[in-house]
Amino acid sequence: MAALPGDGPHHMNRRDFLTASALAAASPFAGRAAAALDQSTGPAATAWEADELRKLGIWDVHCHVTTPGKTPPHRMEALIKIADRMGVERLCIMMSAPWHYEPTPEQFRRSNDDVLEILKHWNSRAFGFVYLNPKYITESLAELERCVADGPMIGIKLWVGWRCNRPELDPIVRRAAELNALILQHTWIKNRGQGNLPHESTPMELAQLSARHPGVPMVCGHTGGGDWALGIRAIRERPELHADLGGGDPVYGEVEMAVRELGASRVLYGSDVAGRSFASQLGRVLGAEISVADKRLILRENLRWLLRPALRRKGIDA
Amino acid sequence: MDRRAFLQHAGSAAAAAAVAAPLAAAAPASTALFVDTNVSLYRWPTRRLWADDAGKLVAKLRRHGVSSAWTGNFEAALHTDMAGANARLADACARDGGGILRPFGSVNPTIPDWPEDLRRCHEVHRMPGLRLFPNYHGYTLDDPRFKELLERATERGLLVQIALSMEDDRSQNPVLQSAPVAVAPLPDVLAKLPGARVMLLNSFSRVIGGNHAMIRRLTEVSVAFELATLEGAAGVATLLNAVPGVRLTFGSHSPYYYFEAALLKLQESALSPGQLASVRHGWADSLLGPRPQSVPSPSTTRSDGRPAR
Repeated sequence: MAALPGDGPHHMNRRDFLTASALAAASPFAGRAAAALDQSTGPAATAWEADELRKLGIWDVHCHVTTPGKTPPHRMEALIKIADRMGVERLCIMMSAPWHYEPTPEQFRRSNDDVLEILKHWNSRAFGFVYLNPKYITESLAELERCVADGPMIGIKLWVGWRCNRPELDPIVRRAAELNALILQHTWIKNRGQGNLPHESTPMELAQLSARHPGVPMVCGHTGGGDWALGIRAIRERPELHADLGGGDPVYGEVEMAVRELGASRVLYGSDVAGRSFASQLGRVLGAEISVADKRLILRENLRWLLRPALRRKGIDA
Repeated sequence: MDRRAFLQHAGSAAAAAAVAAPLAAAAPASTALFVDTNVSLYRWPTRRLWADDAGKLVAKLRRHGVSSAWTGNFEAALHTDMAGANARLADACARDGGGILRPFGSVNPTIPDWPEDLRRCHEVHRMPGLRLFPNYHGYTLDDPRFKELLERATERGLLVQIALSMEDDRSQNPVLQSAPVAVAPLPDVLAKLPGARVMLLNSFSRVIGGNHAMIRRLTEVSVAFELATLEGAAGVATLLNAVPGVRLTFGSHSPYYYFEAALLKLQESALSPGQLASVRHGWADSLLGPRPQSVPSPSTTRSDGRPAR
């Protein structure tokens, strides 16, 4: 099998990474987030159970900047204030409004322009994922070059514009691997797949794509949504696929099943704000009947590890 | 170091840190009033839940400072023997409820002799309210049978909770499909019944979550809500600002949902002390009071005048 993310020719090996992680955990993330969380211990302090998690500095793999504001940076400022209240340190942002199910190149470029504008102001808190529609493969590859190869973004967001098991995805995945860009593919299983949008992917289809690209890490957005029990099973045999917990109702059992079937190292906290709340999605991790160590991996360290190659490429030490 | 070793190492370090730094000082005072208006007992047929019994449910609610929990029975959504389901619920709350579980029995107005179930909920089990499942029981909110049930419950001073949904309708078992309850008829029904006290459960998200106009209409006729399915970044503050006077209570939909998902919503929104108190217990107290209401002694006759069993 090809290398997992981070196994490439990096200056820091995993032991060094762990040491740095331990230091980071011992010294909670700086700035307003930690301060805001410290000041708001009242209403829901018991949800955190362990102080270590409360001050961990959470990394969120799935965020949309749809909070109110007259410009994209203003909308991000509004979202950051809320993230600070919840201890969310880093946000992977993607897909500026308005959303289109099947965006044209002009539409996804405009969406990415907004994210680029946000990153100019918030690169200390946000990581950008370029929004593509593989239906327009030539334009999508060009946008990948503009935003990731030549720009500040470090990941790729694929939504409902094209089924992810289609061959048009292959050149995107190959180029993503070259750039160490992390792919987050939306998936949902609505009414056992009968209710999906025409080009809306399922975890089963993502597993098919993954099988053609062994060793390339990808994130299974929503892990199938409410029918996560099917989604987890669908990606179980593909070790490169990671389960994004975000976007569905906080139904008991998803986190426990994901950890049991995939291992905690393949499970990622994602919120899908601002449509969802940080709270409902964090609550499912904090309330899960798993170890504190596993919660720490899910809330921060797994994503940090996955993004590390792309961040190094950009000269970002996080 | 390979990935497995990395994970083991990280896990060990985190576990040690957790033991060393428990979060004890920040726990809310045990005397603080905190009402969860949406919990249930027993099992849901398609999923394993985090509490199969009252003991585990009560322990967690207490740990998070809940002083009162309005408790329904999952069985009532699909069972036909309402009387049996209500009796089990009442017994469990009395025996294992730790003084915080307040039973809300269920009545299905489409089955024979339902007024007797209503009478028993009130007079025998001394329940403060009812929990209805219109979409599972097969009626709509403009059904005359619903209006009669609401009238009878209002005559008895019972709070009526209506569960608009129980789970995401897109992920239901194919043989147990149940669309959310359409709430549009309710304002007109309540306008003609001014004394009724109604609370909607699991009403936001995919039901009326973004429909502030409907929430305003329902607020005008004194309908209360709970936040288990309220979503959006800082969703509580957003709703309170968008619909002034909205009667929003704390509800967790436990143990179907993780309790912490609801609890953290109180932290995510920047709320004034007054707003926070209203959500935590103020609106709930206004509906039921912090302690069980006085209820009549069981009558010796049924609703239809025949001797009660």
